[in-house]
Amino acid sequence: MGLSRKDLLGIQELSVEEIQLILDTAEPMRDIIRRQIKKVPTLRGKALINLFYEPSTRTRTSFELAGKYMSADTINISTSTSSAVKGETLKDTAKTLEVMGADIVIIRHGAAGAPHILSKHLSASVINAGDGFHEHPTQALLDMYTIRERKGQISGLKVAIVGDILHSRVARSNIWGLTKMGAEVCVIGPSTLLPPGIAELGVTPFTSLEEGLPGADVIIVLRVQLERQQKGLFPTIREYARLFGVTAERVGMAKPDVLIMHPGPMNRGVEIAPEVADSVHSVINEQVTNGVAVRMALLYLLAGGGGPHEAIG
Amino acid sequence: MKLLVRGGKVIDPANDFCQAADILIDSGKISAVGQNLKANGAEVIDAKNKLVLPGLIDMHVHLREPGLEAKETIASGTRAAARGGFTSVACMPNTNPVVDNQALVEFINSRAASDGVVNVFPIGAITKGSAGSELAEIGDMKSAGAVAISDDGRPVMNAQVMRLAMEYAKMFNLPVISHCEDIDLAANGVMHEGYFSTVFGLKGISRLAEEVMVARDIMLAELTGTKVHIAHISTAGSVELVRMAKKKGLNVTAEATPHHFTLTAEAVGGYDTGTKVNPPLRGADDIRAVKEGLGDGTIDVIATDHAPHTVEEKDVEYNYAPFGIVGLETAVGLAFKELVNPGLLTVEELVRKMSVNPARILGLPKGHLGVGADADITIVDPGLREVVDVQRFASKGKNSPFGGWELKGLPTVVIVGGRVVMQDRELV
Repeated sequence: MGLSRKDLLGIQELSVEEIQLILDTAEPMRDIIRRQIKKVPTLRGKALINLFYEPSTRTRTSFELAGKYMSADTINISTSTSSAVKGETLKDTAKTLEVMGADIVIIRHGAAGAPHILSKHLSASVINAGDGFHEHPTQALLDMYTIRERKGQISGLKVAIVGDILHSRVARSNIWGLTKMGAEVCVIGPSTLLPPGIAELGVTPFTSLEEGLPGADVIIVLRVQLERQQKGLFPTIREYARLFGVTAERVGMAKPDVLIMHPGPMNRGVEIAPEVADSVHSVINEQVTNGVAVRMALLYLLAGGGGPHEAIG
Repeated sequence: MKLLVRGGKVIDPANDFCQAADILIDSGKISAVGQNLKANGAEVIDAKNKLVLPGLIDMHVHLREPGLEAKETIASGTRAAARGGFTSVACMPNTNPVVDNQALVEFINSRAASDGVVNVFPIGAITKGSAGSELAEIGDMKSAGAVAISDDGRPVMNAQVMRLAMEYAKMFNLPVISHCEDIDLAANGVMHEGYFSTVFGLKGISRLAEEVMVARDIMLAELTGTKVHIAHISTAGSVELVRMAKKKGLNVTAEATPHHFTLTAEAVGGYDTGTKVNPPLRGADDIRAVKEGLGDGTIDVIATDHAPHTVEEKDVEYNYAPFGIVGLETAVGLAFKELVNPGLLTVEELVRKMSVNPARILGLPKGHLGVGADADITIVDPGLREVVDVQRFASKGKNSPFGGWELKGLPTVVIVGGRVVMQDRELV
């Protein structure tokens, strides 16, 4: 059985079975990445477009490699300005891509809901690679894959997400995914960066690491953006680092075999201490590798491929 | 030219007259109200099984002319009003240029006289260019026919400017209509702040952004004694503040829109920009409070805040779309659906909120069906059902979240100054 949906717009709408299918399908994909010749013909003749309205290195590269390893023709469209500023509407861009014959469009956009507009106007599959503060579903999938691989399962684990929850699409997608998979999730950050109604998503909010970290099996550290400080959401980067920086000492409050994760790019010495990022607990590099495998699995499934057993070409 | 509206149930709360009766119209005025009136050559309008109401008045619309004619014009906007059952509208000054002087008030009056199919009453700006710093020529605008002042859409943030505006407007007995929004607290939000803004990843606008300004303007109303009308009230807290103001006997009135008593923030799901409106669609508790406020008289008026935009402007990312919902052509149906049919308001009470009270607040000699009154009449068929089709709107704006909704209780005939402008749901 494959995925019976055209698009992946968010983790919120995925079932547990769909998440499991994607993670299971990523296993053989990771074997492909480890091969000498990283190329299978699975997506030959398919056109894959990376439509990025926000700067991104790792997500765009990850999708591009995932497509190329599977023999798709991949094209990148990067624009620093939004479609609205550029003068062409997203709807018109969607129609243009449609008539060019795109099979899968991967979109990153600063405005929440932009992938939904594409989805409405495209018969091609749309993958959300991050929209505003809304969702970043493939990041959550690769995080879940990494946790499952290291811990054997997700159910029953205690996961702490630390940082700017308010502006984080990574946090939202992970909250949906991890709670669906049976993890106990808490979010930790300054009260000005915790969104209203967050507890209604089934997570426990904390405003100190000392309260939230004890007993954690996984710590997901989020990037803190300098512009948030400029908007007055916290006084200084220095105070943020002192109160919410994940240091070796604080990692000591979690379980001894805790995993440290970060979606990147990191501000070393701000949200995460360098020795933590490079410690034995850190699986930050594995996350990147797994990202390619998970995206290969997703491309394969959305292109109509079956389950994990059929996935290796 | 004579008209006889025959056999309907006349609902005229201003004259305490609610019974089956005929209404005779002569030369644009009501000449007789009574049983079995003779036609004597008058054109007869059959109102059997229908409600005959004083012409409805929408005291909060955006007609977009001058300057924004792609969104709406006085011609298209007044046709939308007629199709929606309104015989009069008061139009907001946030056009381009802003209606902040006598010449522009006169322009609207002359354009309404030549292009309009319903009565149009201009509202002037509070400050020059609605920039919030210097008072506009309020006295001049009053002389030209402005019925109120408002910086709708661009709230007066400076409390001292608002205080001076109220003190000054009082000389002319002009109501000040306040769009209550603290711009800093609203902080570029695009929807109601809460669970759904968190889930959809959109910036929220807190209730407080409205409530602190409602509180401020009520305090200024107390200080100055000016008539203050709170526009598009959307939160439970605001309703409570107005209730307290009224208890104190202050000269404060308030309005609510059909979309605010019908939809919650949940409707933003799917990112339909037809739901993007300011103030935003709120929570279920707020809807309950707004309905309660309508029921107990705290909220005096139902107004639409009809805010048309082009399809191109609205068919974009949620963050980039302009705020606004078109309301003229769905207001009566939604009021019946949410308020009258469930028994929250009687038809008499609805008529007070959609005709009597707006006339009183704006000082218009309208809102009743007594002999000698202007022959502005709205006939409603309470049993008529229709599925909302935005493409059939007379408004240029199609930005409504109610497309596809079935509504029951709709205007069938609209008479303005003795002239039939809408009949059987079609403009004449």
